[in-house]
Amino acid sequence: MSIEIRDVTKHYGSFQALKNINLTISKGELVALLGPSGSGKTTLLRMIAGLESVEEGSISFDGKDLSTVHVNQRDVGFVFQHYALFKHMTVFDNVAFGLNIRKKSLRPSKQEIEKKVHELLELVKLSGFAHRYPSQLSGGQRQRVALARALAVEPKMLLLDEPFGALDAKVRKELRRWLRKLHNEMHITSVFVTHDQEEALDVADRIVIMNKGKIEQVGTPSEVYDKPVSPFVYDFLGNVNLFHGRLQQGKLNLGSAQLDAPDYIDKDETDAVGYVRPHHLTVERVRQSKDEIAAKITFMHSIGPTWHIEMRREDIDAYVEVELSKEEFMQLDLKVGEIVYVSPKEMKVFIPEDFII
Amino acid sequence: MKKKKNVLPGFGLSMGITTLYLSLFILIPLSMIFIESSKLGWVDFWKVVTSERVVHAYKISFITAFAAALFNGVFGLLIAWVLVRYSFPGKRLIDGLIDLPFALPTAVAGIALTTLYAKDGWIGQWFSAIGIKISFTPIGITLALMFIGLPFVVRMVQPVLEGLEREVEEAASSLGATKGQIFRKIIFPEVLPALLAGFSLAFARGLGEYGSVVFIAGNMPMKTEIAPLMIMTKLEQFDYAGATAIAVVMLVVSFICLIFINFLQKWSQKHVLQEE
Amino acid sequence: MEKSNNSGRVKGQKSAVKGVLISLMLLYLTLFLLVPLIFIFVKAFEQGTAVYFAAITDSDALSAIKLTLLVVIITVPLNTVFGIAAAWCITKFQFRGKQLLLSLIELPFAISPVIAGLIFILFFSPRGALGSLLMDWGIKIIFSVPGIIIVTMFVTLPFIARELIPIMQTQGKAEEEAAISLGASGWKMFMLVTLPTIKWGLLYGMILCSARAIGEFGAVSVVSGRIRGMTNTMPLHVEILYNEYQFSAAFAVASLMSLLALVTLSIKSFIEYKTEKQQVGE
Repeated sequence: MSIEIRDVTKHYGSFQALKNINLTISKGELVALLGPSGSGKTTLLRMIAGLESVEEGSISFDGKDLSTVHVNQRDVGFVFQHYALFKHMTVFDNVAFGLNIRKKSLRPSKQEIEKKVHELLELVKLSGFAHRYPSQLSGGQRQRVALARALAVEPKMLLLDEPFGALDAKVRKELRRWLRKLHNEMHITSVFVTHDQEEALDVADRIVIMNKGKIEQVGTPSEVYDKPVSPFVYDFLGNVNLFHGRLQQGKLNLGSAQLDAPDYIDKDETDAVGYVRPHHLTVERVRQSKDEIAAKITFMHSIGPTWHIEMRREDIDAYVEVELSKEEFMQLDLKVGEIVYVSPKEMKVFIPEDFII
Repeated sequence: MKKKKNVLPGFGLSMGITTLYLSLFILIPLSMIFIESSKLGWVDFWKVVTSERVVHAYKISFITAFAAALFNGVFGLLIAWVLVRYSFPGKRLIDGLIDLPFALPTAVAGIALTTLYAKDGWIGQWFSAIGIKISFTPIGITLALMFIGLPFVVRMVQPVLEGLEREVEEAASSLGATKGQIFRKIIFPEVLPALLAGFSLAFARGLGEYGSVVFIAGNMPMKTEIAPLMIMTKLEQFDYAGATAIAVVMLVVSFICLIFINFLQKWSQKHVLQEE
Repeated sequence: MEKSNNSGRVKGQKSAVKGVLISLMLLYLTLFLLVPLIFIFVKAFEQGTAVYFAAITDSDALSAIKLTLLVVIITVPLNTVFGIAAAWCITKFQFRGKQLLLSLIELPFAISPVIAGLIFILFFSPRGALGSLLMDWGIKIIFSVPGIIIVTMFVTLPFIARELIPIMQTQGKAEEEAAISLGASGWKMFMLVTLPTIKWGLLYGMILCSARAIGEFGAVSVVSGRIRGMTNTMPLHVEILYNEYQFSAAFAVASLMSLLALVTLSIKSFIEYKTEKQQVGE
């Protein structure tokens, strides 16, 4: 099932939770809504589910407007952030709930329900747990029960609110991979909310980055990571160094150095900020040109195969973070306290007026 | 966070039942009392509520309720402390027994206490031997109110004591605080709002209590007559207006207590929230 | 180095304080709770079991018991419906005036039972519009059974709502929303999801409500008219016997109510134990 969201706006009293959201999710896609807390991502998900009303704009599934369809008629499977398992029911009864409550005429037979539940429990790898209560399960197991329960009603769409938020790092990674696999097998249109960029980049076909109730960027993981369209996305996805300066004839003048800013050849004497990823900086021990920035190494540490080097700029009171591969690091033979010269391989310049409203 | 439109059903129905029930049983009947007292006129109202016998009844109610609440404040804190901090055999039983005054009909408590503390009663005889009369004196009234109000302070303070983080005390201890200092400077301030709220509840309950007091008080005019009994007496004389006037004064005092409790709860909540 | 020296003494001090505090508490509770409780039963059987059973099988006593049961049977279910409705709209929805609603629910706790009785005497007084209308129709409320029931409902109104509100508040809305998103109707959601999670609190509230309904004295005393065999509830019957110096009979009926109070306390402890276990399980 495809989802079209048109001009959706949502207020809570005077607080505007969503501003003019437009988004199309195609059939079978796995989409992540990514953003910091308060960005409106959960509100949007709950509106798709029908747990929040649509007051302005419309949400339609396969071209059919659903604004007036109640959540219990929408064919959506919703997985709640803290699972919302029924504590007084066994795992089996939890999963069977959506089938058991159907009207007699629509309800599968007892045997069919039993078969279905056992199939689902097998799918989520909890076959032996049918008669346990939620309190006897670990976080990851509860998460899988919640998923099985949502899938039992054969929803046309699966919505997950911070599905891995409450789990520890290792279980999280495992479940992430498993969700991806499950999605590949079942091809059910899925939307999940997360504030964890790594999770979104790892699992989703497409990522919707949200901030302050608005969509900042929509794209595949590599698109949003490699070509952020706004300073917010730059900042939110991965680390970034900021170089404040003034634009002069296609250059960003930092005072001590001038960096190429070919996008702004026509702008002159304008304050601007250059955004550079830590791994897009080159480091030299000997100055190669006057447009390199001198900085003193304050701290170095390695995480796996990459080295993170923190340095303080010599010209102004600001820090720069650089990532080097192990080979590059070995070659340079850097030491704390040493003065080195950095320059960006790739930089994106934004003019503050463009994004400060 | 959420505003009116909510997917959960039943708002209209539950709200309807709630407001209907509250209006029928509380709002409309209660408004009668103010309508009735306004019929009396200011001068007559003043005359009733300032007559010597009524004023004395207020005084007795006020003083005994205050004294009982004070005792309950001290012993309630002590009991809550013992129940939370120490373990000893029979603790569960005692914890359950604390609520007895809530579960036991007040009239039953009244006759039991009266007989027990009468001058020839099981306990009363020991006191009368040293010249203290309990039943049929203000001391007896205070005693009955202490019985009635006992659970309030314990049940308000207990959860607060349970919720105290032991780490904070350990931290204070590691900084060199003595046991006494820890209690005064760390524990007591945390418990104080609950203690005051329990005190006010016990006090408010004591002001209005009738069943347990009416037996032990002896009901001698100008000596051991309490305010609720004055209302009763006026009613028996079919002096509805007089009864209402006394009731209005009591209601106002109760409301002030209630507002005070609410304020305390808000204050302590804010206190907690800020810390988080 | 000082610490290790002191630790023995500190420990001794600590257990001494503990001993003193525990004994103080036990003394206080014995004098105030335990002795009166035991005393009621001793007094009740003072003149032998024959007198005891005569007192509780006396026709006035039986009709008082019957009336008390009738009051409970009507009051508790109605207050249950109210309690659930009030807790539902207060905890699951956001609306203006919620604080006011909460205060109104708590109000009967702050009002003297005698004043509660007075309120309804005034409300149904023949001088008022409603009272005179009812009188024309020949319906008697005050000094008769309906009055007793109404005033008991007033006094016990907060009990169930007040037990449910904190439980449903901490429960949140997610489980109900999950049920709805799985296709449940409102009724099914309530029966299958809401009710099982609140059942212990609900039961507890109902028990407290019954205990108070059985034992209410002041308010009932005002509106009953105290007609023997007609408008006497158990506490009022105890009062009459006591004032007639039939102490053994008074304490016999009182002992029945004390027994009920003890049952109430045991059920309460059992429920607390149950919910504690549930919480530990989580």
